[in-house]
Amino acid sequence: MTLGFYPGCSLKGSSREYAESVLAVAKAFDIHLEEIKDWNCCGATAAHNMNKELSLALPARILSLAEKQGLTEIVVPCAACYSRLTVTKHELSENPALKAVVTDANDLAYTGSVSVLNIVQMLDKYIIPNLEGRVVKPFEHKVACYYGCLLVRPHEILKFDREEDPQSLDALMLKAGATPIDWAFKTECCGAGLSVSRTSSVGRLSGKIIGDAKDRGAEAIIVACPMCHSNLDMRRDAINAYLGEKVDIPVLYITQAIGLAIGLDRKALGLQRHFVKVSV
Amino acid sequence: MSSDTHHSGISGLGGEVLGHTDVKVSHCYQCGKCSAGCPLSEEMDYPPSVIMRMLQTANPDLEDKVLRSLSIWVCLTCEMCFARCPMSIDIPKMMDFLREKSLNEKKSNPKAKEIIAFHKSFLDSIKYTGRLYEIGLFVDYKARTLKILDDLALAPKMMKRGKLNIIPELIKDRSGVAAIFRKANKKNKN
Amino acid sequence: MSKIGVFVCHCGENISSTVDCEKVAATVGKYDGVAFSVDYKYMCSDPGQSIIKNAIAEKGLTGVVVAACSPRMHEPTFRKVCAEAGLNPYMCEMANLREHCSWVHEKGEATTEKAIDLVRILVEKVKYNQSLNSIKVPVTKTALVIGGGIAGIQASLDIANTGHKVILIEKDPSIGGHMSQLSETFPTLDCSQCILTPRMVEVAQHPNITLYTYAELESLEGFIGNFKARIRKKSKSLDEKLCTGCGLCTTKCPTKKIPSEFNEGLGNRTAIYVPFPQAVPNKPVIDRIHCTYYTKGKCRICEKVCPTGAIRFDQEDQIIEVEVGAIVVATGFAVKQPDFFPEYGYGKYADVITGLQFERLASASGPTLGEIRRPSDGKIPEKIVFLACAGSRDPAKGIPYCSKICCMYIAKHAMLYQHKVHTGKSYVFYMDIRAGGKMYEEFVRRAIEDDGVNYIRGRVSKIYEKNGKLIVNGVDTLLNAMPVEIEADMVVLATAGVANEGAEELAQKLHISYDPYKFFAEAHPKLKPVETNTGGIFLAGACQAPRDIPESVAMASGAAVKVAGLFSQDELTREPIIAVVNRQAAPVYSSCVGCFLCVSACPYQAIEKEEIKNRNGEVIKSIAKVNPGLCQGCGTCVAFCRTKSIDIQGYTHEQMYTEVMALLNEY
Repeated sequence: MTLGFYPGCSLKGSSREYAESVLAVAKAFDIHLEEIKDWNCCGATAAHNMNKELSLALPARILSLAEKQGLTEIVVPCAACYSRLTVTKHELSENPALKAVVTDANDLAYTGSVSVLNIVQMLDKYIIPNLEGRVVKPFEHKVACYYGCLLVRPHEILKFDREEDPQSLDALMLKAGATPIDWAFKTECCGAGLSVSRTSSVGRLSGKIIGDAKDRGAEAIIVACPMCHSNLDMRRDAINAYLGEKVDIPVLYITQAIGLAIGLDRKALGLQRHFVKVSV
Repeated sequence: MSSDTHHSGISGLGGEVLGHTDVKVSHCYQCGKCSAGCPLSEEMDYPPSVIMRMLQTANPDLEDKVLRSLSIWVCLTCEMCFARCPMSIDIPKMMDFLREKSLNEKKSNPKAKEIIAFHKSFLDSIKYTGRLYEIGLFVDYKARTLKILDDLALAPKMMKRGKLNIIPELIKDRSGVAAIFRKANKKNKN
Repeated sequence: MSKIGVFVCHCGENISSTVDCEKVAATVGKYDGVAFSVDYKYMCSDPGQSIIKNAIAEKGLTGVVVAACSPRMHEPTFRKVCAEAGLNPYMCEMANLREHCSWVHEKGEATTEKAIDLVRILVEKVKYNQSLNSIKVPVTKTALVIGGGIAGIQASLDIANTGHKVILIEKDPSIGGHMSQLSETFPTLDCSQCILTPRMVEVAQHPNITLYTYAELESLEGFIGNFKARIRKKSKSLDEKLCTGCGLCTTKCPTKKIPSEFNEGLGNRTAIYVPFPQAVPNKPVIDRIHCTYYTKGKCRICEKVCPTGAIRFDQEDQIIEVEVGAIVVATGFAVKQPDFFPEYGYGKYADVITGLQFERLASASGPTLGEIRRPSDGKIPEKIVFLACAGSRDPAKGIPYCSKICCMYIAKHAMLYQHKVHTGKSYVFYMDIRAGGKMYEEFVRRAIEDDGVNYIRGRVSKIYEKNGKLIVNGVDTLLNAMPVEIEADMVVLATAGVANEGAEELAQKLHISYDPYKFFAEAHPKLKPVETNTGGIFLAGACQAPRDIPESVAMASGAAVKVAGLFSQDELTREPIIAVVNRQAAPVYSSCVGCFLCVSACPYQAIEKEEIKNRNGEVIKSIAKVNPGLCQGCGTCVAFCRTKSIDIQGYTHEQMYTEVMALLNEY
């Protein structure tokens, strides 16, 4: 089967391994991910911080392109892109005047008919039902599932899982053979877009997350967002500086963990690209 | 501040907030739950509940302070405040509006220079290529902030792991994207 | 031949400043059927009333139109005047020249013309008025009190002490309600059970009170002074006459791990149980949902050990029918379970508890015998954090109102904790402090100033557990929203006071109104707090809105006096402005065809089916009949009736048509 695919900028660059693992897992279940032709950046945090119209027009263009391509459902592995696309869909459907302004800026038809799925929804819908018998190397580790901010908030618009103590990633990891732990920082912000401009804040916020996971005996942290991964993995030095000790807990994308469980090759899943060695 | 400007209403900046975002500042009863849950509140000059109070007074001095605050720029839009607010006040949406207005009126806090520079560099990058070109972003950012030495060691590590593209990805309809930027910027002065 | 008197009032200047009253009186005086027309400054005053009385006597008036203020203001006044003068009061109508004319228009010719129109149409209507007489309804002088908490107990005692009989029903095995669960009460720190139990015993022993516990209202019919209630007395599996309350069965019951409702889940009880030692009646009930005999058919130990053979496994529920004249609803409130507050970890963390659970810990009869101990490990907490408004004043969670009592009980809890654990530290996160009762503010100050409770103004965003401690993330809004983090041993949430489960169902059985939160509705928020819109049914206590004990007791006494007032008459007088189905001679009997659309339309269930029978007892025709005791004269049935067979006395089709035609025809 074919599913629309919006990788977003991170998956093409600094979070390449996420794209690799998504494609590898999809292929293992005979799902063809069709990239949206000529897709543009969704604007991420920068756009909505600076210019409201821009922050809606950029995602609207992506949805219009998907419509033009005949795609009805697209999977968006990056949580930030997923948030922007879903919020844009919501705002344009609630406000016809805004919709007119935005679609005029794009000069493309927009009906809002494309369904936007985050990685967990895609896994739940298309992979999990066929997972029976495919788990050859159960991921037998204690894992702390980290959801971050944009997968579960604001709930009224995303309508996904629940805001407090969400369980969807935990349920997936359970199916992969892992032991998800209960911990206190599942949805606390990692420091988001301040990675470059205010790295010390990321050190503090991500440090608290890693610290709590470590205190509760987590052997790996599971994420579903490239920005969270980047802050928790690439910025480990800043985290260690905040915690005052060196913490080696690796950070895996959900698709990498599932890929390992179904016996896919480590290199195909991009595990060698991480900053913190993936020892599990 | 004089007492006759110290009144709760929807005039002034609070009124503009209502017009652009549907957020009514009079709904806030100052419980502080937003500030309690805000991950960046200890780095802010005015935590979110204090920003709300300043807007409630409709006092021009305080409104000016809001637009010049560091708070609005370190806010991560993590949506935690909105998720927990008992009055369901969309603070992140309000923050987006205050940020845009702060830039338009050239009142952005000097301490937020790096944060704003990063956003501008990001947007400049996609304006020309349609997709983010990370090296371009870094170069532009360092030019704006003169933080040449920061993260220098990071680039080769990223390159070694295949995470940094030397050549930018250019989309075909670059003019389409540039047009979006042009139309969106017509209203703003930034 | 009509001889109508018209009396136009100036109402001081209220009417005369915009309406030319003299002209109105003069113009109308020339109409057909008007025998007397005059204007005067204050018609409702003594001299004004005398003008009316004299005119009736001298001119032999057959009808009276007083053109003045709203009938809601003075219709009873002028009808009384007519009655005193010997004219049937329902021959008197009022034209509203004030609220409907002078107060809403500018001075001018058009305003006066409108006033003349208003008087004219009423004159035409009055020509068709009929003499009507008040309706008398008998009164059963027994009261039904639903709910045996402090409000129900107080109401029962007050009514019983006026010499009338009371039936008190309570759904739990014992009376006492939430007050029996409290350790001490604010602001005096009286031991709650010590002041309550004497009243409970008084109720049980009072010759005028019949007490049914483990009983609920099954159904209700009838109307004020004449209710028929069916009460379901749930089976206790016990012969209450044989049971001596020795309690042996409860000590031998092998099923011991059922969470105790009285202890709010903090302790356990057996399947055959008495809810608490001071229960009234002090006799056990068998919980059939958990009892081994009822679930698996085994055991029966209680039956074996009972010295008087009082256990009756086959006992069934009993339906008791009673006739009562008035009902007092005193079903109280419930405490909202805050598992809808996931950020506070209730239900997940054993040491995050509700205020009512804290009461049970503090209570000498509770699961920890009055020692404050953590439910998780039984240790005495060294730091307790109290959260105010954990549910109330929270539109996002569905409850915008304030639950009124929490600020006071939080102060009380903190004080009790400090008194019991001298080295302990307590913190209260609050938004406002509502301490409006007598000695209430002083009580809260005592907590802060004498007992060292730390009050922090701000709300908590999140609570999580780490290494056996509860990490509380709050803020101090009085210090520029400075973050405050406390590592607590226990957290107490002041949860919202909400309507009891089953409140909606009960309200529907009683036909009383309720608000969106399922609290029962008073007839008028300011001036009729203990009455409902349904005649004969009164409210007492927290079932109407969250409130504290002194207010509940005061309200209960208020309801009791309303009942006593009702019972002080042998008959009730009601206004005859009611619907009537027409009756004609045989063989038609009535134009009513028996479609009974009116029966389903009537909001007061006031219409019945009447069978018209011949001499042999065979039914010839079924038609509708309005119960004059229940009908409120709303007119809904009149609108529904397809054959125009039902009419409102005093507002008949003929009268209404006449008014409209008089308005349309120019004079």
